[in-house]
Amino acid sequence: MPPHTTAVALRRFGLGPRPGDTKAIAGDPRGFVLVSLADPARALLLDQTLEPSHVTFEATRTAQKQQKMAQDAAQDAAKDAAQATPEAAPMVSADMAAQPPMAPMAKAATPVPGDKPGRIRREAMIEEAAARFELARTTPHAFLERLVMFWSNHFCVSITKGQVRGLAGAFEREAIRPHVLGGFGAMLKAVEQHPAMLIYLDQAQSIGPNSKAGSRRDRGLNENLAREILELHTIGVDGGYGQEDVTNLARILTGWGIGGLQQDDDRVGRFRFTPQRHEPGAWTVAGKRFEDRGVATGEACLADLARHPSTARHIARKFAVHFISDKPPPALVDKLERSFRETDGDLGQLAKALVTAPEAWSAPFAKVLPPYDFSVALARGLGIASPPGEMLRLAAALGQPLWQPPGPKGWPDADDSWLGPSPIRERLRIAEKASSLTGKSADPRELAADLFGEQLSEPTAQAVKRAETREQGMVLLVMSPEFQRR
Amino acid sequence: MATIRCASDAGVTGCSEDVALSRRGLLIGGATLALWSFLPKSAIAGARDPRLLVVVLRGGLDGLSLAAPIGDPDFAKLRGRLALPVSGEGAGLPLDGFFTLNGAMPMLHALYQKKEALILHAVASPYRGRSHFDAQDVLESGLGGGGKATDGWLNRALAGMPSAGAAEKPKGLALAAVVPLVIRGSAPVLTWTPPAYRLPFRADTIARITDLYGQTDPALAKAFAAGIEIDRMADSTLDPKAGLKGKDGGGQPFREFTAAAEAAAKFLTTPGGPRIGALSVDGWDTHANEGAVKGLLANRLAGLDAAIKAFADGMGPAWQDTVVLLVTEFGRTAQTNGTDGTDHGTATTALLLGGAVKGGRVVADWPGLSQKALFEGRDLAPTRDVRSILKGILGDHLGIPQGVLAGKVFPDSASAAALGGLIG
Repeated sequence: MPPHTTAVALRRFGLGPRPGDTKAIAGDPRGFVLVSLADPARALLLDQTLEPSHVTFEATRTAQKQQKMAQDAAQDAAKDAAQATPEAAPMVSADMAAQPPMAPMAKAATPVPGDKPGRIRREAMIEEAAARFELARTTPHAFLERLVMFWSNHFCVSITKGQVRGLAGAFEREAIRPHVLGGFGAMLKAVEQHPAMLIYLDQAQSIGPNSKAGSRRDRGLNENLAREILELHTIGVDGGYGQEDVTNLARILTGWGIGGLQQDDDRVGRFRFTPQRHEPGAWTVAGKRFEDRGVATGEACLADLARHPSTARHIARKFAVHFISDKPPPALVDKLERSFRETDGDLGQLAKALVTAPEAWSAPFAKVLPPYDFSVALARGLGIASPPGEMLRLAAALGQPLWQPPGPKGWPDADDSWLGPSPIRERLRIAEKASSLTGKSADPRELAADLFGEQLSEPTAQAVKRAETREQGMVLLVMSPEFQRR
Repeated sequence: MATIRCASDAGVTGCSEDVALSRRGLLIGGATLALWSFLPKSAIAGARDPRLLVVVLRGGLDGLSLAAPIGDPDFAKLRGRLALPVSGEGAGLPLDGFFTLNGAMPMLHALYQKKEALILHAVASPYRGRSHFDAQDVLESGLGGGGKATDGWLNRALAGMPSAGAAEKPKGLALAAVVPLVIRGSAPVLTWTPPAYRLPFRADTIARITDLYGQTDPALAKAFAAGIEIDRMADSTLDPKAGLKGKDGGGQPFREFTAAAEAAAKFLTTPGGPRIGALSVDGWDTHANEGAVKGLLANRLAGLDAAIKAFADGMGPAWQDTVVLLVTEFGRTAQTNGTDGTDHGTATTALLLGGAVKGGRVVADWPGLSQKALFEGRDLAPTRDVRSILKGILGDHLGIPQGVLAGKVFPDSASAAALGGLIG
């Protein structure tokens, strides 16, 4: 039985229905989805309290310098003290070293915090995550947010890597959101030149062995970013490239880094090309030879990879797998691939091609909601306005902490990736918690009918209706396939 | 540790003091006294300090299995295997010759013998439909039915309690994460949430989800079954006491219920503490394999009996000033269904326990169980409106004037006059 078009609009192309949605869009579900593509500015997350990545970067770096100075001073003081009074303990523990020197004039009221750089990163992360969740919870243009989440996962970074914690949210706002309805090439460039990516995949450390800096020091290439650009970001693992292409792209990208990360002081926290680290020479990547034009070589190479036929195929398939299923209809993948090729990677057109394809509206709901999306759907469907932090802990408890994928490949996206026994059982625990938050007077029968309308299956309707209590009815609604799949 | 917080209709943020309650129930911290010092020492005349605990049994308790009318000639044939036997294994505990008490409840029986337990039978709220949610709304709102209720009769009773000379109105106590409708409303309510240890899932909820996935989604069914199995193995490894009453889950919810009952006793005996409390217990919706003599229902009744004992013991001497009221939204079909269970019915039992109760009796205007006597040919017919019992208790035990009860607490209850003689 094909799914109901309203349900496709709200689940496959959405973040789950809010009360009233199913009724409101019933007249024109396709139009509802297409409208969310009308204005690229809607994809932006405009929140005045969120800092640009370079500001967070600089604040962190300043705090690190202060911390280092305090530590050095503490060590010097301890050394002096040890020399002056030999009976004193000569060893200084790491904890003590982090404290300010115990000088008589030290102000007790303003202690230097132990880990200010860490705190800056954590706070930025929390604020970004909260703003992102709140947008997802409330947006009427859910398809746009789904596109953001798809591309953010395609070009993922992980907060487990040092500075990235403070930059992951800004990365998404600065490199992903402006381009989700724009050109793939523009997004690719913005992503690969963003400090979060340059740190996450070690590009900022890479030095051309024959560059000025490389010949002075015993350091060299780091291929990490170059490999993932080819394997994951563009032409794909089977797209037809070899080790030579990886190495050459790594050479071309040398010099790409972040201002202020080494000794440089201009462009702090922003992309910076350092010619002194750039490997000279002409290199061939994916069959095309690139003469050395400094930073422009890498940009030209990325633009070329964005137009590579394998990239179109790779993206088309991944897009279809994400929105439809592991085994997407081949005709649909072909359509998407053609759209990508013929529009020079116009991602707005790609999204439109998906939404206007009949196959996208007839395929059954095959995918189990990822935990993050489940927590968003809960908040939307049940009208839970809990602090976003609580909802984010939910997703983490179910195995999908935000901006913390298992690797550069991002979160798995198979239909049953999130069908593990323990996580499914834990969804029941969360359903019970959520139900207790809404259990006051909400009627699960009414909510089930409101959220899912004609798509509500008879077994689910009956299970909810026959529940012993409203709370149990709510739990059954949340656990139902209607809620758990898209 | 558990926390208490003030709640009102607007939410649970009415006051900010968090009061610590240790696992042993000792109240500590200055906030406790500050919070409760406003309460009247004795709100009504005399030395009595009456307490009332209302327990809502959700799901529809089968009154015919709790207090079985073995003297009714039609009982055994209607109930078949589910009927409590008159004698032999599984026979009930004697009440008055006509009724017998389910053998799983020796504590309730002991109270009955001490004249501290009163069983009312063939009782129903004014609701005549068969939806749990709607029936619970009518029972807890105390209204005639229709429309969505926003407050409960116990809360309105609180607001109507005499509090002459007291600085502030008395507060209620809800022992649940979600305040039950019966005590929700404008009068302030303290809430106590059970300690957040991980309770096992309710067997009933698991069964319902398993059933739903079985009909709709084989992949989810398989994953869910495996997840529950992992939980069960971990539970039996880590907690030997899990499943107090065996594998069918009879004991599970009652660890929580007993904890709530113990906490209720602590609060209701605290000098200056709340005197009116409410809690609810799920798990009475016995559609299949009811097991009234041995099995599901018997286990749940045993758990309820244990919680009653925990509460009575916890009350100590204050038990003499206490009434515990146990009510359920409706009863179950008189005849068993095809799966050794019973479906949603109409009239059932209500229980009154406590030293203040004039007990040792079964009070019933028995309608009989003949085909002709059954309500709509299927249910025990209601002969007493539960509101007449509630009005009797609130008036005689808490001293709320009948005018207030008729006007504010049960506004549509002219047909249900207060039942006297329940207290004393």
